[in-house]
Amino acid sequence: MRLNPRWVDKLVRASLLFQAFFTVAILVAIVLIVFVRGIPHINAEFIFSYPEDMGRHGGIFPSIVGTVFLALLSIAFATPLGVGTAIFLTEYTKESTLTRVIRFGVESLAGIPSIIYGLFGFIFFVIKLKLGWSLISGTLTIMIMVLPTIIRTSEEAIKAVPRNLRMVSFSLGATKWETVTKVVLPSAASGILTGIMLSVGRAVSETAAVIFTMGSSLRLPTSLFDSGRTMAVHFYILAREGISMEKAYATALVLVVSILLINIAAYYTMNKMIAKYS
Amino acid sequence: MVKTFFSREQAIKLLLLLAAFSSLLFLFVIFIFILGEGLPLFYRVGLGNIILGFKWAPTKGSFGIFPMIVSSYMVTLGALLFGAPLALGCATYLAEYAGRKTKIFLKPALELLAGIPSVVYGFLGVIYIVPLIREHLGGPGFSILATSVVLGIMILPTIISISFDSLMSVPVTYREASVAMGATKWQTIQKVVLPAARSGILASFILGMGRAVGETMAVIMVAGNALKIPLSVLDPLRTLTSNIALELAYAAGDHRSGLFSTGVVLLIIIMILNFVANFWVKRRVAA
Repeated sequence: MRLNPRWVDKLVRASLLFQAFFTVAILVAIVLIVFVRGIPHINAEFIFSYPEDMGRHGGIFPSIVGTVFLALLSIAFATPLGVGTAIFLTEYTKESTLTRVIRFGVESLAGIPSIIYGLFGFIFFVIKLKLGWSLISGTLTIMIMVLPTIIRTSEEAIKAVPRNLRMVSFSLGATKWETVTKVVLPSAASGILTGIMLSVGRAVSETAAVIFTMGSSLRLPTSLFDSGRTMAVHFYILAREGISMEKAYATALVLVVSILLINIAAYYTMNKMIAKYS
Repeated sequence: MVKTFFSREQAIKLLLLLAAFSSLLFLFVIFIFILGEGLPLFYRVGLGNIILGFKWAPTKGSFGIFPMIVSSYMVTLGALLFGAPLALGCATYLAEYAGRKTKIFLKPALELLAGIPSVVYGFLGVIYIVPLIREHLGGPGFSILATSVVLGIMILPTIISISFDSLMSVPVTYREASVAMGATKWQTIQKVVLPAARSGILASFILGMGRAVGETMAVIMVAGNALKIPLSVLDPLRTLTSNIALELAYAAGDHRSGLFSTGVVLLIIIMILNFVANFWVKRRVAA
């Protein structure tokens, strides 16, 4: 029997609509569950007080501070390296074997799973360099992990800057570096910022690479050599060891809200960049 | 003024070149240290005894990770079986049927969800999916099935985003030509659009697999972490990634080397996947 193509068409459309609806529903449900079950346990005390009894009571202040330190420090280290790489690849060299080799390195780093970064950071920074489970070990590990994101987004942003802006700058007698710093980078700033914010999001949500390098001390980290527990690690330990479901949901809520805000900000700046050059 | 050996511009170029080499340097150091810690054990214990060995008792000299290799493959395929049809359906609907406004709103919204930490997926898996399986299908609930569903959901945003992009990059003239010949919308999608976007869609599946095979914390939470080869989808399992994360904090000596050997095997699997994905993406660019 041959099916009527028009009939099949309607059937397929309905089934694709269902698949799309189902997918979106699952993902929305995840966010909703975290909100609904987390909100009752969120208050100023939870945000600003110290955890007690392994996190069963009290708040997550040290974890918030640890997360902020880890994210900001790793970005502070990764940004000059990443943007420098992007400038070199786009402004200072032509496509060649050299750029292909460098790009291969970047792509390979991007494909390495986070537990391997955890293994590496553990053996290299924690054990061999004797930095111990500390903020600095975590920072250096996450710096390497987010580097490919910063390089790729910066490269795209720099490539989007129109050629004639550079030509005008050169024609006024500016050197290459003056052109890069005074013309290209300011024009590409919002695109570069997008990559930086996406990297902050990754640092905040990472668990496997952080737990084996920064450790999981519940104390407030006050120096680079202190261990600390980021929100993601704290949530993982609360949930996995069944310490407190209420605190786990509340921590998840703070975590998810931070990530969504960071990513929305990243999209907003990216759209500004796209609007500027199209 | 003293004329310096290097001009300012040359010094800057050198610095930028050094920055550009940092990625390669990091990659090199990562490989050296993972291989350096992991490879000697392969020589001492024997390659076959590790990758084909059934028994993981690292404090007693058995380093078999065969069950974990099998488990990693099973949950990765499971994640793909669960996630890929849904994600491709969703991407196809968004690219071919949805209106402009829906497209503009839903695509970034789905990508935002890719940022949700994987531990959150794992936690909700423990709370909702594991009990559901335990009560309705039997077994401990911590199982291949639970892990595949959680990983399948986690890779949805990755697959949707990349396959949507490759569907959108199919020229609209292809569709117009097909419709002009009297084909229905589905015939056009099935015979023209999907084949034209094939390599990008395959690349999205492989990148999704890469994310699934590399996932650690979410898997630990829902997999049960048993050391046997799972014989049914309701059996608990332990993947390569979770083996490392479960024991690294307290392992020492040969036990720790065993975890690095696990890491070496994982790296090789990931490299093969990335190589295949890159191959497909390059072919798409060339086409």
